[in-house]
Amino acid sequence: MDYTIFAVIIFVVALLVFGGVFLIRPRRPEAPPKAPPQERGGGTGTATAEPEAEAPPEEAAGPVVAPEPVPEAPPAPEIEMPPPSAGRLVRLRARLARSQNALGKGLLSLLSADRLDESTWEEIEDTLITSDIGVTAATQIVESLRTKVKVLGSRTPEEVRGLLRAELLAQIETDQDRAVRTEPHAGVPAVVMVVGVNGTGKTTTTGKLARVLVGDGRSVVLGAADTFRAAAAEQLATWGSRVGAPVVRKDEGADPASVAFDAVSRGIADGVDTVIVDTAGRLHTKTGLMDELGKVKRVIEKKTPVNEVLLVLDATTGQNGLRQARVFAEVVNITGIVLTKLDGTAKGGIIVQVQRELGVPVKLVGLGEGPDDLAPFDPEAFVDAILGDADQ
Amino acid sequence: MFETLSDRLTSVFSSLRGKGRLSEEDINATAREIRLALLEADVALPVVRSFIAQVKERAQGAEVSKALNPAQQVIKIVNEELVEILGGETREIRFAKTPPTVIMLAGLQGAGKTTLAGKLGRWLAAERNTPLLVAADLQRPNAVTQLQVVGERAGVPVFAPEPGNGVGDPVAVARASIEQARRNNHNVVVIDTAGRLGVDSEMMQQAADIRDAVQPDEILFVVDAMIGQDAVNTAQAFLDGVGYDAVALTKLDGDARGGAALSIRHITGRPIMFASTGEKLEDFDLFHPDRMASRILDMGDVLTLIEQAQRTFEEDEVAKMASTLASDDDFTLDDFLQQMAMVRRLGPISNLLGMMPGMGQMRDQIGNVDEKDLDRIAAIIQSMTPEERRTPKIINGSRRLRIANGSGTQVSDVNGLVTRFFEAQKMMRQVKAGGGMPGMPGMPGMPGALPGGRKKGKAQAKKAKKGKQRSGNPLKAKQQEAERAAERQRRREEGGDQQQMPQLPPGLGGGQLPPGLGGNGVPDLSNFKLPRK
Repeated sequence: MDYTIFAVIIFVVALLVFGGVFLIRPRRPEAPPKAPPQERGGGTGTATAEPEAEAPPEEAAGPVVAPEPVPEAPPAPEIEMPPPSAGRLVRLRARLARSQNALGKGLLSLLSADRLDESTWEEIEDTLITSDIGVTAATQIVESLRTKVKVLGSRTPEEVRGLLRAELLAQIETDQDRAVRTEPHAGVPAVVMVVGVNGTGKTTTTGKLARVLVGDGRSVVLGAADTFRAAAAEQLATWGSRVGAPVVRKDEGADPASVAFDAVSRGIADGVDTVIVDTAGRLHTKTGLMDELGKVKRVIEKKTPVNEVLLVLDATTGQNGLRQARVFAEVVNITGIVLTKLDGTAKGGIIVQVQRELGVPVKLVGLGEGPDDLAPFDPEAFVDAILGDADQ
Repeated sequence: MFETLSDRLTSVFSSLRGKGRLSEEDINATAREIRLALLEADVALPVVRSFIAQVKERAQGAEVSKALNPAQQVIKIVNEELVEILGGETREIRFAKTPPTVIMLAGLQGAGKTTLAGKLGRWLAAERNTPLLVAADLQRPNAVTQLQVVGERAGVPVFAPEPGNGVGDPVAVARASIEQARRNNHNVVVIDTAGRLGVDSEMMQQAADIRDAVQPDEILFVVDAMIGQDAVNTAQAFLDGVGYDAVALTKLDGDARGGAALSIRHITGRPIMFASTGEKLEDFDLFHPDRMASRILDMGDVLTLIEQAQRTFEEDEVAKMASTLASDDDFTLDDFLQQMAMVRRLGPISNLLGMMPGMGQMRDQIGNVDEKDLDRIAAIIQSMTPEERRTPKIINGSRRLRIANGSGTQVSDVNGLVTRFFEAQKMMRQVKAGGGMPGMPGMPGMPGALPGGRKKGKAQAKKAKKGKQRSGNPLKAKQQEAERAAERQRRREEGGDQQQMPQLPPGLGGGQLPPGLGGNGVPDLSNFKLPRK
């Protein structure tokens, strides 16, 4: 055994030496080979009549946009017709307000104290840390809030609250589009891949997303590329049958890339609007599995570019979420984040770091087990809900 | 990324060597660092506070031992304290006097209950029990099917009278399962329940009803090692709602540091009984508190690394590696290629490196290691002729060009590889001759300084690496520069008195920690705040 230790260490070390060669050398600007930017559906698309500005499909529409016309009911009688996406945001606010008030209240009561002394600031920092925002980000938020309070001489709770709101918003704000690209382009369906570690809710998210799309009158094909976990395909099939979306699946243990390929082929053949590929949960530390994921994406891209790769993150995830996101981003170049299980006591603060480091926006949030508990992520609503003024 | 606690503390203590006793200031100075390290590991804030208070009390006035520097000593105390909390009372499953013994699983959605049920079933069966798995998760679509499949794989019967998908009463299922077990002589019943949130009072009530219906002998709270600050809330909610006797930690095969283990143990006092470390049914084990402690402190986990190596490598492979090392022949590029392939099977290189203790300052570089670079190295070597691989000395200019063309790289890459290889070869020779491992160029974290001449190359390599990670912020860059200078200086000084080499990076037990050297990523301390007592 001693020898094993010794041997392993030496090898790792030797590797590092060699690895060093390449580390020293300035990295080649090898941006992941992006598929040529596809013209977005707008003009060419068939089903999508939304103007480009609203192109943020269904979800991003929010309450501002008039709900999409209710589509004709799909054929089979037992199929449910999920409600369209508009109006979901209202629920988001309500839920967040319910689950996350603790943070907001705590912060505000602290901020409205007569004197903002050292320990108050530290407590604010602690409160932020408790929401998994991370030590660095929390310190930063507090620092900048502190400076602002000093400069502006703000003392009233309202002012400070406004500053805090702005600060939190600045942390999760991004100029990137938060819309999920699900509209077909040039007659080819949009392809959405759902990835993540085990047990974050990928299959559930896939099912919910399909419902949202069907509710908005799109046609959807689901690809059950989770061929590893027992009964994952059945789980997805159950979701699919509820909304009448066909599920492409194979036996357990089949090559997920082939399932994904078949799903996309079927989507193209049937002329559907969107193909959603659910992948098996995999820990980001498993190289083999991550390679497999890369392969799934590459294989799909033989048919048509993947428009959206959604990383599903669990709101309860702690600092490890950042590492997960980093590795997944490297392998499949994620384009959006879905934050699930936000209906619990967890605050999901990790997204602040993830968004900041990777620049990948949070696009959707999962708010519960109900089939329609998926909503677009709206930073303003998110922050407002955190601060506990959802009803204002 | 963050440095390991030991590196951070060492940097705090760099000016405090040779004191006779740990003073209060020393301890306070480390408290913030420990706090940060624990928070980064997702230990819940209240737990961090009380833990630090505890550590402080113990560290107060402790004799400074001759063998350890103050930083190491504090870490030793922290580590011991952690192990004590985590492992305080380990226990086995309590079997009921009159079978069946009922074990109920509860936890959040996606924590891994169903998979754990299968693993537990398999483990119990291996211990000569006759378990029965009960599908009482009637909520999630096809959870029942999943349990059936898992049970089949584990070779354990599954009791699933209801199809699930929202149909059926889990309480009734649980109740019926006990009868079923009695009839069929199963001595253990494992009840898989639906995932639920702590705030969902309806579902918690349901769990409590199941509990009341079957009177379980053990309730296991299944929790994901990746969980963050919310661990305390959830653990408390489940304790209040259902109550549990022990905890099973899942997904430990990821790189989450699993501070939740500490939080839950600290808050609820319930022991952690099982650790689930992989996707296969056999990846299930009793919990090892000492390893968890090192993991939380991010001290590197050599034991895990070794275990992983043992699992991955066949014995004859290891023997072959060993013989290559022991033989008098020089280390060749072929050997290297082979070893690289083997090591890569262990997982991403950055992970492996992360498991080595004392690699703190390398974090940035480690983070930058791209697996593709390794592919490129392999490509270069594979573009060489067998002769060249055996004796890389013959690689001249034209051969280099050919190799570069053949592997799709630049001549400079080939050059770099060859030069590096010679260095490594020299090192291997030393290893063979001395039996110890000299420090490595470009590896400041390894304990033990290099014998004289090599130092220069090391400093250069280091400098080159650092050059490109200079911060964009000029102020910060300047500060980093200053730190680096200080670090280089210190390294030179240490070079003299650290000739002898510890056998192995100790990593565990906190006995002898690699001193490491304060790194370039030292957190900005200008705003140094001490945690309140």
